This record gives sequence, structure tokens and C-alpha cells, in this order.
Amino acid sequence: MTNAEAAIQQTVSASLWRDAWRRLSQNRMALISTIIFGLIIVICLFGPMLFGQHDGAENNLANNFQKPSSEHWFGTDDLGRDLFVRTLEGGRISLAVGFLATAVSLMIGVVYGSIAGYVGGRTDALLMRIVDILYSLPFVIFVILLMVMFGRNFILLFIAIGAVEWLTMARIVRAQIMALKDTEFVEAARALGYSNARIIFGHLLPNVLGPVIIYSSLTVPAVMLLEAVLSFLGLGVQPPMSSWGLLIKDGAEKIDVYPWLLIFPAIFFSATLFSLNFIGDGLRDALDPKSSKD
Amino acid sequence: MALIEVDNLKTYFHTRNGVVKAVDDISFTLEKGEILGIVGESGSGKSVTVHTLMGLVPQPPGRIEGGTAKFDNSNLLTADESVLRSLRGKRISMIFQDPMTSLNPYLRISEQLIEPLLIHGQANHEEALKRAVSMLEKVGMSDAAERVHSYPHEFSGGMRQRVMIAMALITDPEVLIADEPTTALDVTVQAQILRLLKDLQSDLGVSVIFITHDLGVIAELADRVVVMYRGHIVEQGDVLPVFENPQHPYTKGLLACRPRLESTFKVLPTVSDYLDETEVAGQIELSEKPDAVACIEAMQKIDELEIDETDLLLEVNDLHVHFPERRGFFSGPKGWVKAVDGISFTVPRGSTLGLVGESGCGKTTTGRAILNLVVPTSGSVKFMGVEIAGRNAAAMLPLRKRMQIVFQDPYSSLNPRLTIEQALTEPMAVHGIGSNHADRRDRAAALLEEVDLDPHFLRRYPHEFSGGQRQRICVARALSLEPEFIVCDEAVSAMDVSVQAQVLNLLKELQARRNLTYIFISHDLSVVKFMADTMAVMRAGKIVEQGRAEAIYANPVEDYTQSLIDAIPSDSIDSIKQRVAK
Repeated sequence: MTNAEAAIQQTVSASLWRDAWRRLSQNRMALISTIIFGLIIVICLFGPMLFGQHDGAENNLANNFQKPSSEHWFGTDDLGRDLFVRTLEGGRISLAVGFLATAVSLMIGVVYGSIAGYVGGRTDALLMRIVDILYSLPFVIFVILLMVMFGRNFILLFIAIGAVEWLTMARIVRAQIMALKDTEFVEAARALGYSNARIIFGHLLPNVLGPVIIYSSLTVPAVMLLEAVLSFLGLGVQPPMSSWGLLIKDGAEKIDVYPWLLIFPAIFFSATLFSLNFIGDGLRDALDPKSSKD
Repeated sequence: MALIEVDNLKTYFHTRNGVVKAVDDISFTLEKGEILGIVGESGSGKSVTVHTLMGLVPQPPGRIEGGTAKFDNSNLLTADESVLRSLRGKRISMIFQDPMTSLNPYLRISEQLIEPLLIHGQANHEEALKRAVSMLEKVGMSDAAERVHSYPHEFSGGMRQRVMIAMALITDPEVLIADEPTTALDVTVQAQILRLLKDLQSDLGVSVIFITHDLGVIAELADRVVVMYRGHIVEQGDVLPVFENPQHPYTKGLLACRPRLESTFKVLPTVSDYLDETEVAGQIELSEKPDAVACIEAMQKIDELEIDETDLLLEVNDLHVHFPERRGFFSGPKGWVKAVDGISFTVPRGSTLGLVGESGCGKTTTGRAILNLVVPTSGSVKFMGVEIAGRNAAAMLPLRKRMQIVFQDPYSSLNPRLTIEQALTEPMAVHGIGSNHADRRDRAAALLEEVDLDPHFLRRYPHEFSGGQRQRICVARALSLEPEFIVCDEAVSAMDVSVQAQVLNLLKELQARRNLTYIFISHDLSVVKFMADTMAVMRAGKIVEQGRAEAIYANPVEDYTQSLIDAIPSDSIDSIKQRVAK
């Protein structure tokens, strides 16, 4: 046994995930971002109940366009609704859209991509041409088409966004699986009589988790931006429901006179985007074993 | 006069787990016009030594803790980066182990060859190209003037290593450092490269530092040898005295553990048969085991296993495996690569068939076709009298636990995300071996013990193990299904000779204990000679010669077999004497 081996055996078993966590927790920006993001989620979920003396849907025309005050922390909008409560409630929608649409894209993309990558050959060629065709559909027209066919529907929004976002995920997973499927541990798994499903989901997918997690963490803010764009165009969330995108759109129209209508939702929105991007960066570094400095 | 003079060199690595003394107080010289061999196993510090000289040690974590390395009145360890840059590639060149990755795949070799000349201002473009062509001719490339404009992927591994050598020598350096340049190559190609290096060295008068883990290569090539172990030099001297009368027990072990064509060992001696390591006050002390020779002799007294030649476990008849060439989406294949082209052989139960040949001869495909990992195009494979060729996955399943495979690269044949316990218990779970998980874990622990590993390793991940340990784990995984038949596909080719000896002994021991039948695939005839009872020599998808192993070695019928035998580096004292006398 050599020196190095002896040294290795004395150390506590360091799993890859524990290593990743250690590297992530050493990344200060990622850590701060995680805390900020956690706070935003907590406030959005429980904020209206804890601090809100107001109902987000409560109209009071006599009380419209109030400046921020101790009564209305973020002021009120054109219908006299409390902006603080509306921002937090909008946050729930935006975060829900971000995470649900990402989850949808994750599930479709990972399964689709790993099957295409693992099976290969004509199946792969066919599956990937379908992806290419879907890629070539203009996104906004695709959404308008869905709206026309099924009517305006909140659920449709998730499906529309998720159905577009999974394409890139599928390509990433496919490329990773293709690189891995010829390695000898996969061949060993086949020789041991493992089923294809077990090989794909038990052996290959854990090895592509790194890139998948990173891409997902970057998809969440992308989807939230997309939702904002759609709401801005009037294709997204409909009043009386709100979302950050919708609030920003409304605020932008009155920015000269009532700037707080834009500023507060925008702060929440950008803080979320910033922290998610930093978390994604941190995860990318943490899950890449080559980034290990020691 | 000494060209490079290394004194008390210390290179340490400061890692999270403490200080690794990779090179610890070594001194040696490189004389003008000689070939100096540095030999040792992986982790002995031989590569770190030359990387330190070239200024290629990453700092941190590496740190040069002391010593000097004099080259032409400047100290390589403390010289300015600008001074070093003017030396590197111009007066000191280096070639690396893996010819597949050390050439840039996106640049034509002409561009890569002339680059050092242009950088060091030794020639203009036109002149540099002329020198590149003549250098390629010197390293034995035919049609060099045309092929100089090819891309690296258009060359075989051996040819690429020639290109690397040409690239290293084109600036007419005084010192050439070769870091395991033949380890990734087949023995036949290795023999060619060694001959080439020897010829070039005497033609150009360059001094060479040659690093290897194989003393046989040293015996073929070097004038002097430095033996390194755990960061120290344990022995150095002229080649002949070191081979004739090795002083240090590590050198003795390293010499003894090579499988040789002429030896009749049934168990290979290993370094640990010679070397005793005791820890005294935090320092490892090396001493020689007094009864080593007697001990090794005693080990050889094993009864030959009785093999019933009529009890055939495996019968392969006229096996063909053809791969389609580049298939478009709608069009059929353009042509077929005949990887395996009509081969037949039988393997009696409890015996070992050695399958030898150069890379690309189809021996690996044969192994996989037998296990139905690639689908045979035609022909029959009978396992215990039952036809299995072309069975689908479901029909193969009950057979999977009876026939297993161990691969070449222990680094990629274990899933990095699974603990050893998961890797060993999963196959049992799939095939319903063991009553519950606790039972399977006990079986896994027993398997680890059987391959001489600590059962506590179950909770660890593959990246925590060395190559030799990983290969033992792979063997344990193959054994987890209690198979009767194992294909060893170049199972020891990626290993140091000292580790190789241990794994070969383990495989033999397991064969005797469990009455296993092996197909042992290798490009190295000396290893096959040690393992196999019968053997088949493959070339271009066909078997050119087969029969009892000893008979083939004693009397090869085919020239091709003879050339494979000749390619094995010989470390017999006579051949060294002959070479030194020249």
C-alpha cells in the first residue's frame, strides 16, 4: 500500500454530494443568495397573513394611489389595493410558475433526452428531429395559438412554458448520456443483467445530475422572465390575480407619477433573479469535481 | 560531464489531508549522451521528479521544498519563468504517456510540429516545414511530405507517438524527457518505439530521461537506472549490475514480479514478498524479508489443476461480428467492418483460454459477443451445450449470473456515484441472490475479503481507491453473482507490473478456489503465458494460430506469433550484456 492510499483510507469517506455541499458552502455569494432566496419564499408564503391588515383583492377607490406609509407599506394601486400584499401574492404566482414549469421541463426533458441518448440510432435521430421542429416554432405565436384553442387558462401557462423549456434540457441530457453510455461501468451493468430502465435511471441519470441541476437552476429565473414577458403582453396571468410580471407592467405605465408601483415589485423580482443566478453558478462549481481546488 | 545535476530535490504537495512527500530528498545526474531510466510504480514520484525539472508542477498545491537542479549553470528550480520558457521545448523537450490526448486534434500535425521552431525563432515557416518533414522521415513515417498535413486522428496510436517524438526532437534539444511514452501502447508498437528512441538517441546524441514502471523496458533501453519508491531513490547504478545483482529488496521484488516467457512460476512473486515495511517513529523503514526466496519457492508447490478436456464449458463456432459503417437516417449501411470474421474455439471447464493480438484485431469484440453485449452477426456460441448467440435481454438474464466480465479500465468500470456496497449488492438484488439486504451486505463484505480488501471499504466511493484496488472491486462485483465463467478483457493492461502481479495471482487463486473458467484477453504474451492453458492468436478478426499455450511459445508456426513474442521486452542478463557491449 502506498503513502497516498494509506492517507486516503484514514480520511472519513467523503461522498461526492458532501464534497459538493462543502464547496457550495464555501462559496460566499451562493450562500448569501440562498439565504436571500429563502427569505423571499418565506415572506411570499406567510407575509400576507402575518403583516397584512389588508386583503389583496379589497378595492377602495377613495384610497387609490397612496404613497408608501405605515398603513400601506408599499402604497396602493389604481384601485386602492394594498401593494405590499399584492406584491407578495404576485410572488407566489411567479415562483409557482417558475418552479412548476421548470419541474415540467425537467421531467419531460430528462426522460426524453436520456431515452434518445441511450437508445441511439434511428430512435435518437427521430426524437431529436422532433425537438428541432419544436425549436423552430416561434414561442409567442405558439402561446397565442394555445390561448386561442383552449381559452385563457392559468394552467396552460405552465404547460406552454414547460413545453418550450424542456427542449434544451433534453439536448443537454442526451449529450451527457451519449458520452456516458459507452463507459465500461454501463457495459458492466449490461453484463450483470440490469434492465435498460435500471441502467438509465439508476446508473446514468445520477451521473448527469450535476448539469441537470445547474440548468434547472438557470431555467427557473428564465421561466419567471418569460412569464413576465407574457403578462406584459397580456397573455399571462389575468387580473384580479397578480404576478410580478403583471405588477411591473402596470407600474411601468405609471412610472412618471407613481414610481412606487414599479419599484417594489421590481426589487423583489430582480433580487430573486440575482440570487437564483448566483445559486446556479455556485451549484455548477460545486458539482464539478474538477473545480475542486485541493 | 553531467548535463543535469539534481541535488536533494524535495517536492511536496500540501493537500487537505496533509502533506504528501511526492519527491523526498533525491539526487541523481544525467550524463551527456546517456539514457537514464527512472523506474517505479505509480505514486513513486518519478513523474513528479521530471515535472519539477520542467517547472510543470502545479503550485499550489505543489511546493518545491528544497534542493537544486543544475542545467548549464542555471538552477531549473529557481530560474525565471522567461528563462525556463526559453529552455522548455528548445533545449529540454518532453514526450508524454498518452499519444491520443497529447496532440491537439484540431490542428494539422504540420502546424504542431513547426510551432516549437517558430516560437523559439529557430526557423522561418518554410524552413520549419522542411525540417518537420525530414524529422518525420527520421521517426519512420513513409510519405512524410504528404502526411505532414494530416490531422492527428488520421494516425494510429504508435504513429502519433512517433509524431510526438518528432515534435520533441525538432528543436534539436540536448535533453529529452520521456514520461512513460510506451505504457499506453501495444507491446509490438512499444518495441518499435523503443528501437526508434534508441536509434535517434545515438544519431542525434541527445540525452534521455526515460520514465517507466516496467524494468523490462529499462533493460532494453537504458544505460543507467534509478529505482524510485515512495519518493525516495532506493537504488541507482549502471543497468547491468542492477539487473545482475540488485541490492534493494524493492528492486528485487520489481524484477521478480514480471511474468516471463521462460519462467515456470505458478504464482508470481510480488514486491511485498521481498520488502518488509515497518513504521518506526513515524518514518517508514524498508527492510528485506530474510526468507523471501524460500518463501516464493514454497508458493510454487501447488498441484496442477486437473482439466477434463472433454467437459466443454464454451464452444464458439464460426463467429462473425460485423459493424455497419456510417448509416444515414434513411439509407442502409455503406459497408461493413468485419471486427470478428469467422472464428472457432472451445474452452474446457476450469481452464483459461488466452486471446492475444494487437489492438484492433477483434479480441475485445469476441469477448463481448460471447457475452451477447454485442450481437453476433452469425455463428454459434454454446454455453454448456446451450446456444446463446443472439438471445434477447430477457432470455440472457438467467445466463448473466453464470458468465461475467472484468474490463480493462478500473477507473471507468465502476459507477462513481455508487458506494462499493451498492455496486456489489445491486447485482445480487437483480438476480435474487441473498434473502434480504443485510444478507447481501454480508455477502458483499465476504467478497471484499475474498479479493483481499478490507470489508470496511463497503461504505466508500470508487474515487477513494487506487487502480489496483478498483480492479479488485470489479472482480468482486463479477463474483457477486457466483459465475462459472469470466471474460477478463485486458484486465491488467492498465496496471503497473507490481500491481499486475498481485491481480494475476488473485485471478489464479480464485480460479482454483471456485473452479472458474476464464477467457483472458491481452496484447501482452508474457501475461497470457502465465495465465493461460490454451491460447488463440488473433489478427484482423481471424484466429491465425491456436493450441496449447506452452506449445505455441516453444514453437510458433506463424511469423506473426513470433513477432508478438519478440516484442516482449527482455530483461535477461545475456541480452543486457550484449546490448551494453555494443
